[in-house]
Amino acid sequence: MAVIPLTTPITEAQIRTLKVGDTVEITGRLYTGRDAVHHRLHHGEKPPVDLAGQIIYHCGPVMVKDGDKWLCKGAGPTTSSREEPYQWEVMRDHGIRGVIGKGGMGPKTLAGCVKYGCVYLHAIGGAAQVAAEKITRVDGVDWMDLGSPEAIWHLWVEKFPCIVTMDSHGNSLHQQVFEASAAALEKLKA
Amino acid sequence: MSTSTTTALQASLVELIRVSSTVLPRDVITAVDAGRKVEEVGTNAAYALDVIDCNIGLAKTKSQPLCQDTGSILVYVHTPVGYDQIEFEETFIEAVKEATTKGYLRQNSVDSITGKNSGNNVGPGTPDFHFHQWRKDHVEVKLMLKGGGCENVGVTYTLPNPKFGGRDLKGVENAILDCVLQAQGHGCGPGILGVGIGGDRVSGMAWGKHQLLRLLDDTNPDPVLAELEKSIVAKANQSGIGPMGFGGKTTLLGCKVGKLNRVPASFFVSISYMCWAFRRQGVNLAADGSITRWIY
Ligand code: SF4
Repeated sequence: MAVIPLTTPITEAQIRTLKVGDTVEITGRLYTGRDAVHHRLHHGEKPPVDLAGQIIYHCGPVMVKDGDKWLCKGAGPTTSSREEPYQWEVMRDHGIRGVIGKGGMGPKTLAGCVKYGCVYLHAIGGAAQVAAEKITRVDGVDWMDLGSPEAIWHLWVEKFPCIVTMDSHGNSLHQQVFEASAAALEKLKA
Repeated sequence: MSTSTTTALQASLVELIRVSSTVLPRDVITAVDAGRKVEEVGTNAAYALDVIDCNIGLAKTKSQPLCQDTGSILVYVHTPVGYDQIEFEETFIEAVKEATTKGYLRQNSVDSITGKNSGNNVGPGTPDFHFHQWRKDHVEVKLMLKGGGCENVGVTYTLPNPKFGGRDLKGVENAILDCVLQAQGHGCGPGILGVGIGGDRVSGMAWGKHQLLRLLDDTNPDPVLAELEKSIVAKANQSGIGPMGFGGKTTLLGCKVGKLNRVPASFFVSISYMCWAFRRQGVNLAADGSITRWIY
C-alpha cells in the first residue's frame, strides 16, 4: 500500500486528488471536536480557532495534567455518525478539509465533501495508543466547560495513519460495503 | 472490614481496573490473531487488524488504556454469605476515582439532562453493580469496560417480525444478523455478540451482556444454542463487512447466546455488541483483600 503524506493546513486541490481506499499519514495540527462542539457550531457559536484548511478529529481523548502541561494517554476516534446532521455545515461555514472519525458518515456529509472539497478519513477505532503515539504535543484546549472528552483539544501529530473512506468525488466505502453485505446476508438468511 | 483490609481491597480493585483497561484478555487476543491470519495482505482489513495488534502491544507495555473510551463500568460480584457488600461498593467507588486520576479510566459519567461530567466516573448508575451471594468463602469480582460506540449498536428485536420471521430459531438468527448488518463498522468490529433470547426488556439485555463473561472459545452447554452461535459467526464472516466495516472476512470474533423464560405475549431478542477492545477481567479475592487469582 502506497502511503500518501498530508500536511495541515490542506488545500482543496490536494483533497481532490484523494480517492476512497487511499492510505494517508497526516502531519500537523488536528482539532478534536465531537458532539457538544458540533452542537455549538450548529447553533452559530464562533469557533475559538480558525478551522480553514484544517482537520476535525472526532475524538474524546484521555488527558492527564502534568504540571501545566497536558499529556495524552489515549486518543482513538469516536463514532462519527452522530455528527451527520451538522458536519456539512462545518465544511460550508468553516472550510475544513478533512474529518477523522470512525464508522463513516451518511449522504449529507458525502454531499458536503463533494460540494466544499473535503474527505472523510477513517482512523482505526479503539486504537487509542497507536493514535496517542502519533500525537507528539498537546498545544492547548478550548471549550473545556464542555468536559474533557468534549472539549476542543489542539493536537500536533506526526504521520497519523488513516484510510480515506469517503472522497470528494461522491464515493463512500461505507455505502459500498453496506450494499454488498446486505445482499450477501440476504442470501445467507435462515 | 478493618482499615488495613479496606486499603488492600482498594489497591486490588485499582489493579483490576488498570489491567482491565490496558491488557486484552488471552482469549480475545487469540481471536484477533486468528482474524489476522485470514485477511489478505495489503487489504484495508489486514491493515486495520495490524494496527489493532500493535495497539494491544502498546497499551500493555505503556500501561495505558487500550481505547480512550473506557466505557461503562460493569461490575459483577459474588460474595460469601454475610460479606459487607455496602463497604465493598464504597471501596470500589474509591478505586474508580483513583483509577480515573491515574488515567486508567476516562472521565466518563455524564448527567443525562445537564450534560455535566462528574469528573470522577461516579454518579447515578455509574459504576453499575451486580451483586450475588454464593456459598463459597471467597469474593469474585468480574469487570467489563464497555464502550459507547459498540453499546450504541446493540438492539432489542421483538418477534414475530415480517422481515426476520417468527418466534423460532430462524427468526432469532435473522434478527441477530440484521444487527450485524446495521452495525457495520460503527461498533469497532470485529465484534463479539452477547445475546439474550427471551426475558423482558431489562432482563433479556442484562442476560445478553452477561454472556460476554463467557470465554470466547467455550462451547455453549445447550447444543441448540451452540449451533446457533456457530452459524451466526460463520454467516457474519461471509457478509464481507470486515474489520471496521472496511470489507473483509473478520466481522465477528464470537457470538454467545443465552436464553431466559418469557411471558407468553413477549418474545425479545436482545443483542449486546462488544467491540474488539473487549476489556473484561476478573479476580478472586482473599479475606484480607488481596488478589489470589486472575480469571481471564
Ligand atoms: S466501540 Fe470500543 S473500541 Fe470503539 S471507540 Fe468505543 S470502546 Fe473504543
